[in-house]
Amino acid sequence: MASISGGAVELKRSQAVPVRSSLWRQAMLRLRKNKLAMSGLGFIIFMFLICFIGPLFSPYADGKIDTANMYSAPSWEHWLGTDLLGRDMMTRLLQAGRISLTVGFASMCISVLIGSILGAIAGYYRGIVDQVIMRVADLLLTIPSLPILFILGALLSEWKVPTEYRMYIVMLMLSFVGWPGLARLVRSQMLSVREREFMQAATVLGLDDRRKLFHHMLPNIIPLLIVVATLNIGGSILYESVLSFFGLGVMPPTPTWGNMIDSANNLIDFEQHPWLWIPPGAAIFTTVIAINIFGDGLRDVLDPKQKK
Amino acid sequence: MRNVMEIEHLSTYFYTREGAVKAVNDISFRIREGETVCIVGESGSGKSVTALSVMGLIEEPAGKIVEGQIHFDGKQLLNLSKQELRTIRGNDIAMIFQEPMSSLNPVIPIGKQIMEPLKTHQGLNKKEAKRRAIELIELVGISRPEQIAESYPHQLSGGMLQRVMIAMAISCEPKLLIADEPTTALDVTIQAQILDMLDRIKQKANMSMLLITHDLGVVAEIADYVIVMYSGKIVEEGEVVELFDNPKHPYTQGLLRSKPIIGDRQDELYSIPGQVPNPLDLKESCYFHDRCEHCLPICKTKLPQLKGMEGRQRVACWLYEEGTHHD
Repeated sequence: MASISGGAVELKRSQAVPVRSSLWRQAMLRLRKNKLAMSGLGFIIFMFLICFIGPLFSPYADGKIDTANMYSAPSWEHWLGTDLLGRDMMTRLLQAGRISLTVGFASMCISVLIGSILGAIAGYYRGIVDQVIMRVADLLLTIPSLPILFILGALLSEWKVPTEYRMYIVMLMLSFVGWPGLARLVRSQMLSVREREFMQAATVLGLDDRRKLFHHMLPNIIPLLIVVATLNIGGSILYESVLSFFGLGVMPPTPTWGNMIDSANNLIDFEQHPWLWIPPGAAIFTTVIAINIFGDGLRDVLDPKQKK
Repeated sequence: MRNVMEIEHLSTYFYTREGAVKAVNDISFRIREGETVCIVGESGSGKSVTALSVMGLIEEPAGKIVEGQIHFDGKQLLNLSKQELRTIRGNDIAMIFQEPMSSLNPVIPIGKQIMEPLKTHQGLNKKEAKRRAIELIELVGISRPEQIAESYPHQLSGGMLQRVMIAMAISCEPKLLIADEPTTALDVTIQAQILDMLDRIKQKANMSMLLITHDLGVVAEIADYVIVMYSGKIVEEGEVVELFDNPKHPYTQGLLRSKPIIGDRQDELYSIPGQVPNPLDLKESCYFHDRCEHCLPICKTKLPQLKGMEGRQRVACWLYEEGTHHD
């Protein structure tokens, strides 16, 4: 073995090889310098923490109806006042956040999973598989998402789906409208990756399709996927809020930010009891903004080609 | 000596809008066990396409192997299914490409990439594959193999990456190693090291090698047997000593004359006049006739066939046919 290396070893020793500075670490270092993106990330983490931990410390977490305290304004007992049934708005806001954030993240995960697998298969195999997958995706993309969601939501009400399952079905609905865009993106990236020379090298090594697809091609598009997935969460939260606002998503008494705003859906509540709708509105607004800012920051770091 | 690979009447065409390009046009040769066969020729002579055809990398419908047989280890490669071909690639026949920088996946650490064929073909588990990968990195003459295994392609130089490519190619101890211009993208000082190492590894593992190059210096250094290609045809072949000492075909003679001689100051380097003929309209003639100094009337009307000379040397040229007179 030593005989084969020979003089080459000495020659190479002078060349400095950075010790394990992975692409990820570099990206994270650059991200840390982007103050705006980091504050977005900070806010998202903060939102998660208070929504998931906050209600544990609330004396009103059981959501008991308190007729003596209907529509009370914000006070020391009720930081954000109470609603029409005397429930604590602060507690409900946080509990609603749990649902909204969970729905947003879960539906993103499902659509990324479906979208990237189908997109990867379409881009890799081309031909008839590609045609079938992409035409289905095109079909879904031709219809605006909201009408599809409304119809599906109306069907849920029509079929009297129990309230406790609605949350999960809403997740699936959002993924259903979310995957086609992702599949398209992944496919287009796969088309370019599959023509790169290292894919021919992988073929020559006799690697099977599964290894080529998921070990060689997909890692090349993960940065892009992360960016799009992050931005996708914001969209999902918005869609969920819209659906719930119209009474087609998650139904009361399970609170979400959308159906909380809906409870102030008349002029008197709107004018007289602003604590009913301002906090959930602000929660949606700030969370989605924070996610989008963070997503843009990620894009700058992970996908330098898109930078202006 | 046993033949590792026999290629018979291989023809690979590419179909363009203007017509079919006969990139490889009815060539036959064999590679013996432990032998290094070099295919030489200028750009567009079909040497790379020959290698791609052997590996089954001609993508239909753009290109197609229209004729021929490739025997390898008792199998007829062109008849194998995709699945059967996959078990041969990387395992029995391995290939090294010209550009090491683009032949490695930029987002995967080098060690992991070397582990892949080991896991696929030899069924090693992660730990065994990793140990073997580190051994291989060491074998190709890279120091600190553990660290290199963790690094990404962009962190290494071209020469090191080509070593890594070689490590990957020899990982499953193939019987045949195909190297398509493995040193062209490297600087001259590294070229010699890489060739030297390839040769030593080849001898140690008793592999055969098919080396594709346009560099006659490389040929002289490493080849046992040389095949000269021109316009998709073999014009001359023979053992390296025979061929270098006594080139028969005017094209081979021209190639050897256009090689600079170190220590010998020439005012102008010799070059073969004219250009490679347009592959789209090859006439029924010797493809080299309009650049040839010794062109005979028959050269313009009929394509010469390969004809055996002394030893293993064969040449396709009317000058050596009986009935046509020498100049």
